[in-house]
Amino acid sequence: MIRLSSVSKEYARSGAALRDVSFHVRKGELVFLTGHSGAGKSTVMRLIQMADMPSGGEVRVSGFSSKLIRQRDIPMLRRKMGVVFQDFRLLRDRTAEENVAFALEVTGTKRSAIAPRAHRVLTQVGLAHKARAYPDELSGGERQRVAIARALVNEPLLLLADEPTGNLDEWAAKGVFELFREINAMGMTVLMATHDLDLVRAHPQYRVIELSQGAVVYDSAPTPATREPQQA
Amino acid sequence: MSYALREALAAFRRTPLLTMLSVVAIAFSLFIVGLFGLTAFNISQAVREVENKVEVVGYLRDDATAMQLQVAQEELRRLPEVQELRYVTKTEALATAMEEMKEFRDVFTDLESNPLPASLEVRLRPGQSSPEAVSRVAKRLQAYAFVEEVDFGDGWVEKIYTIRRLFGAAATAIGGAFALVAGIIIATAIRIAVFARREEISIMRLVGATDGFVQRPFVLEGIITGLLGGITAAALTWVAFAALNRYLFALKWLPSEWIVAVVVAGTVFGFLSSIVAVRRHLEAV
Repeated sequence: MIRLSSVSKEYARSGAALRDVSFHVRKGELVFLTGHSGAGKSTVMRLIQMADMPSGGEVRVSGFSSKLIRQRDIPMLRRKMGVVFQDFRLLRDRTAEENVAFALEVTGTKRSAIAPRAHRVLTQVGLAHKARAYPDELSGGERQRVAIARALVNEPLLLLADEPTGNLDEWAAKGVFELFREINAMGMTVLMATHDLDLVRAHPQYRVIELSQGAVVYDSAPTPATREPQQA
Repeated sequence: MSYALREALAAFRRTPLLTMLSVVAIAFSLFIVGLFGLTAFNISQAVREVENKVEVVGYLRDDATAMQLQVAQEELRRLPEVQELRYVTKTEALATAMEEMKEFRDVFTDLESNPLPASLEVRLRPGQSSPEAVSRVAKRLQAYAFVEEVDFGDGWVEKIYTIRRLFGAAATAIGGAFALVAGIIIATAIRIAVFARREEISIMRLVGATDGFVQRPFVLEGIITGLLGGITAAALTWVAFAALNRYLFALKWLPSEWIVAVVVAGTVFGFLSSIVAVRRHLEAV
C-alpha cells in the first residue's frame, strides 16, 4: 500500500527533513508514526500524498510511484486516500453535511448520489444528528469526525491522519481513535502520525514506526522488503 | 447549476466592487475600440458616398475640334474606371454657372464672350475611385493636347484615407493601453479571489479535485466579467452614438456584426486574462 525506499527530503530553506527513510505499510494495517515535533512525520505524510516529491529514493503509494507519476495523475492518487489533520480543515461557511458533500462535488460525483452518500458516512462517524450544524457549532471531537467523514466519503483505500487527536481532549481523542480502529477493522489501511505516546502505549497491538531527526529509529514490526516485492 | 458556475457567480457576491472594477476596465477599453469603430465605419460610409460622386473634370481649350472630342470620348468610355462621360459645352457651362452663382448673374450677363471653357466630366465607377484610380484617369485626360487643365478634387481622397489611418492608430494605442489596465485589474481580482478561497482550494486538492476543476470557477468568472464588459462597452458606444447623432451630426449606427465582435472580444479577453492569472496564482496555494 505504502512503500518508502531510501527516501530523503531536503528543503531549500530548512535543510534535510528526512534521511534514508524506508518502510512498508501493507494493506489493512494500522500503523502509528511517532516522533517529536520536527522529526519528519508531517514530511512523510506530505510525501505520501505526493504534495511534495522526495529529493532521493522512491515513494510508492497504491500503485503510483513518485518517480513516474505525472502531475495530472496526482488527483487520482488523492482520491484513493483520505487525509485528516490536527486542525480539521473544515470550511466554516458550510454545514457538516456540506463539508462532506464538498469532497464528492469536487471529484465529479453524480449530483443525485451526493446527499445519500454524505449522509451515510456521517451516520458511520456518529454525527447524523449534527448534519446541519456549522463547524463553529461543533465540539473539537465532532469537527474531527466531520473531517473523517469527508476523508472517507470517496471510499479510499488508505486513511492518513496527521496528529488527528492533537487538538482534542482525552475523551474526544479516544472516541476518534476508536473510529479509526473500526475503519481499520473494515479493511482500510490507516497511517496515523501522533506524538501522543499514551495513546500509542495503550494499543500495543498496533505497529509503531518512530522517527527522530528525519530517520527511522524504531519499527516494532518491520516488513521484510522481500516479502511482497511486487506490491507497494 | 454546475459547481463551477455557482462558484463563479458567488465571486460576484463576495467581491462586488472588485468585479465591477474589472467589468468597467474591460468596458472602457472596448468602448475606445467601439468609438473608433463608429468613427471608422462612418468615415467609410462617407467616403463611399463621396466616391460615387467622384468626378474628374478636364477643361478644354477653345480650339478643340469636334473630331478630336469624338475620338477622345470613345477612348475614355472604354476605360474600366469610367462609369459615365459627359461633354459640357461652353454654353451649358455658362448656364450652370449662372444657375449656381446667382449673385454673379449680372457679371455673366454683361460679358461680351463666354469665358468658361467646355469640359469633359468623367464619373468613376463605384469601387474604382481610389486615389490611384482617380489619378490614372486624370493623367489619361491630361494627355490630350486639347485638354487645358484637369481637376480632381485636390487629393481629398488621400486626406480622408490618412485621417482614417490616424484614427486607427490612435484607437489601437489607447484601446491597447486600456486593455493592459483591464488585464492587470482582472489578474488582481483573481489573485484576491484565489487568496480568499485558498482554504477551499487546498481542500479541493486534498480530496483529489483536478487542476481543471479547481481553475474552472475562476476562468468562468473571467469569462462572465469579460462578457459584461463587452456588453457595457457596446451600450456605451450606443450612448455616444445617440448623443453625437442628436447634438452634433448625423451618424450611421454600426452593423450588428461589429457589436457582436465587441462583446466576443470582451469575453475572449476575460477568458485569457483569467486563465493566465489563475494558473500563476494557484501555484502559490
